[in-house]
Amino acid sequence: MTTFTGTGVLLRFSLRRDRVMIPVWVAVNTLMVLSIPNTLKSTYGTEAERTDLVHQVATNSSFRALIGPVFDDSLGALTAWRVGVYAGALGAVTALLVVVRHTRDEEESGRQELIASGAVGRRASLTAALLAAAVASAVLGLLVAAGLAGQGATGAVAFGLGLAAVGMLFATMAAIVAQLTESARLTRGLTAGVLGGAFVLRAAGDAASTDGSSVLTWLSPLGWLENLRPFAAERWWVLGLFATAVALQGTVAYVLAGRRDVGMSFLPTRPGPPTGSLGTAAALAWRLQRGSVLGWSIGFFLAGVIYGGLTDGAADLVGDNKQAREIFERMGGQSGITDAFLASMTGMLGLVAALYVVASVLRLHGEETSGRAEPLLANAVGRVRWASGHLTVAFAGSVLIMLLAGLGFAAGYGKEVGPILGACVVQVAGVWVIGGLTVLLYGLTPRLAPAAWGVAGAVLLIGWVGPALDIPQAVLDVSPFGHLPKLPGGEMEWGPVLVLLGVAVVLVGGGLAGLRRRDMTT
Amino acid sequence: MTKAITVSGLHKSFGRTHALTGLDLDVDTGEVHGFLGPNGAGKSTTIRVLLGLLHADSGAAQVLGRDPWADAVEIHRRIAYVPGDVTLWRNLSGGEVIDLYGRLRGGLDTGRRAELIDRFELDPTKKGRTYSKGNRQKVALVAAFASDVDLLILDEPTSGLDPLMEEVFQRCVEEERDRGRTILLSSHILSEVEELCDRVSIIRSGRTVETGSLADLRHLTRTSVTAELAGEPNGLASLPGVHDLAIQRIQNSQGKRVRLQVDNNELDAVLRSLTTSGVRSLTSTPPTLEELFLRHYQDADADADTGEVAAR
Repeated sequence: MTTFTGTGVLLRFSLRRDRVMIPVWVAVNTLMVLSIPNTLKSTYGTEAERTDLVHQVATNSSFRALIGPVFDDSLGALTAWRVGVYAGALGAVTALLVVVRHTRDEEESGRQELIASGAVGRRASLTAALLAAAVASAVLGLLVAAGLAGQGATGAVAFGLGLAAVGMLFATMAAIVAQLTESARLTRGLTAGVLGGAFVLRAAGDAASTDGSSVLTWLSPLGWLENLRPFAAERWWVLGLFATAVALQGTVAYVLAGRRDVGMSFLPTRPGPPTGSLGTAAALAWRLQRGSVLGWSIGFFLAGVIYGGLTDGAADLVGDNKQAREIFERMGGQSGITDAFLASMTGMLGLVAALYVVASVLRLHGEETSGRAEPLLANAVGRVRWASGHLTVAFAGSVLIMLLAGLGFAAGYGKEVGPILGACVVQVAGVWVIGGLTVLLYGLTPRLAPAAWGVAGAVLLIGWVGPALDIPQAVLDVSPFGHLPKLPGGEMEWGPVLVLLGVAVVLVGGGLAGLRRRDMTT
Repeated sequence: MTKAITVSGLHKSFGRTHALTGLDLDVDTGEVHGFLGPNGAGKSTTIRVLLGLLHADSGAAQVLGRDPWADAVEIHRRIAYVPGDVTLWRNLSGGEVIDLYGRLRGGLDTGRRAELIDRFELDPTKKGRTYSKGNRQKVALVAAFASDVDLLILDEPTSGLDPLMEEVFQRCVEEERDRGRTILLSSHILSEVEELCDRVSIIRSGRTVETGSLADLRHLTRTSVTAELAGEPNGLASLPGVHDLAIQRIQNSQGKRVRLQVDNNELDAVLRSLTTSGVRSLTSTPPTLEELFLRHYQDADADADTGEVAAR
């Protein structure tokens, strides 16, 4: 067993490095799951309302595609239905990030060489990475099972085990992909792509059948999770399916890892051109960010198509329930249920676009801390010009992805093309304020720049949870998105939009002024 | 002679860390100037100030006759910089980075670029993440040497290069000097410094402790003397400039063996004193470059009062 020597030490080391990341992901996921029963209780309080909901889901294929089929009208079963696919996907993302972080990331950076030169077995690193993912998945499963025990212990255990199993399935999947490519970023992207594919297969299968029995659903691990049927006559044998798949994928990963050299991969990197055409800092910024802009563009367009396609069905479903209707109307800020749904969905995408703008602006921070900015700025490139390249991608890119989301909505819904496009573009004002705040943080206090993620997360939380929880207006007003006109359907108000744009301009200006004055860090 | 770089009384602190405490530096146009000092002495901090990446707390600095902070972009059109630790973009090829840097400096000699890639045996088609440390260094060196600039600032540029490539690097620096370019070379490789540098500045704890040609510096330092004497040494210990004096009895003899270090300007007095005891044999060794640097690097007593110093 010397091939596993050092696994324990490496596992402790990995968990120490992840002591913030894993708890945050797991806590967010757990809170999301455990908040559902209360929300459901307030919206579908009576037996009759729940029976009605089950009936609606059975007859509404677009809602099944979005969330999945429902198997029972108990609060537990409805919770597993409402949140299962999403909690599973989030748990899968956590697990795959942990595995890539401790495998391909380490090899790419060269740190793995130093580790492997110690008294460390050939399989220790991969094992430690999988165990770290197992710890994250197990803790998530335990917390969810404990938190939902009040809805029925058996169902809670099944649901917790199911979530942990999905995590491990994608952990071992990431372990395989990590053997194939040399780039950690590509490994994350490909594994996340498989996860996205699993979601689409399940959505297609569930749209086609009312009880998750479609072949397409069974092709998707997220479909297995719903077919475990927690709180609704659990099918325990589905866990065996997970166990087999995890064992199989794990074996493949170990066999592949055993057949390659450290730092190498089965898909070699292609050589690049011997001469280059990049000639400006702006061209470099676009080259570095174009891949992620493309990814976000595709994602936003598809999200628009899907939500657009769901609009009519969703309006029917929600329209029958008074409380759900009220939540959407609060989010959408108006009374027409179709417009309210469209407005809340465009608002949702605006909030997600804030994540894009933060990631894109923080590329500056990454370039600076990695030491790549220093030799670049030793050329005849001013700091502001260097920053402008990345900021153009960040700010123009957020307009682009919102426009594409609007086109997607138009394609999926087929009506109100102009108003929907307008509603999407208006969101940009809120996105830009978050982007401006990121620039300000980066320009004045580069050490605190990553706090922009916290700002975006808080705004996201206020926007998502705020309307459902009916929290005070003062809190909602903190978010720039709270001041945007509710479109489509509402009145276009130029005042707040222009004020927000002004705020964004001031923030960016302040950040750039700070960047000009401060020392560059390395 | 005009100055390419003049620095006087430069101070820079990072919080409580005093990285530069009154640093002076003068680099003449057209010379290769060695910039030496132990790790953490403040070499890279100085270079970052010269590049306008850091703002000095006090003191004056001029690069090519301009203020490195206010006129950074103008200055950068005429200089090329090679850091000690080159980080590349993972998905850009080496050739793309060389051309990008060249264009951002305002011109690249394509003939020279091809020649340098050949001499450094660099594969320009590899992507950033697949280069070894030495090869990443070569990318930055080719970009710098192929650029049409007046001043090269090289911060430990050869760390990671093999001896053959080190040789190519030295030839390149000589060619640049012959073309009239100025080079500021920060280095720990003493043979490289001895081979290339017209003058050197040695810094320690954020200030300049010595500057001049290598011959000047040798003159300032100590010679080691070993002598066999017929009789007792006379008052050697009390002579000024004598260090590390050791006197041994020679077996089966009345004589004594004396070893000592002496400051070069006191050598005469020591020899006088020795001859009064009857010199049987004498060896005198000038300091090697290593000894010279070790002395300058280690001599912490002289400035113990400057306290903790670190760069970066």
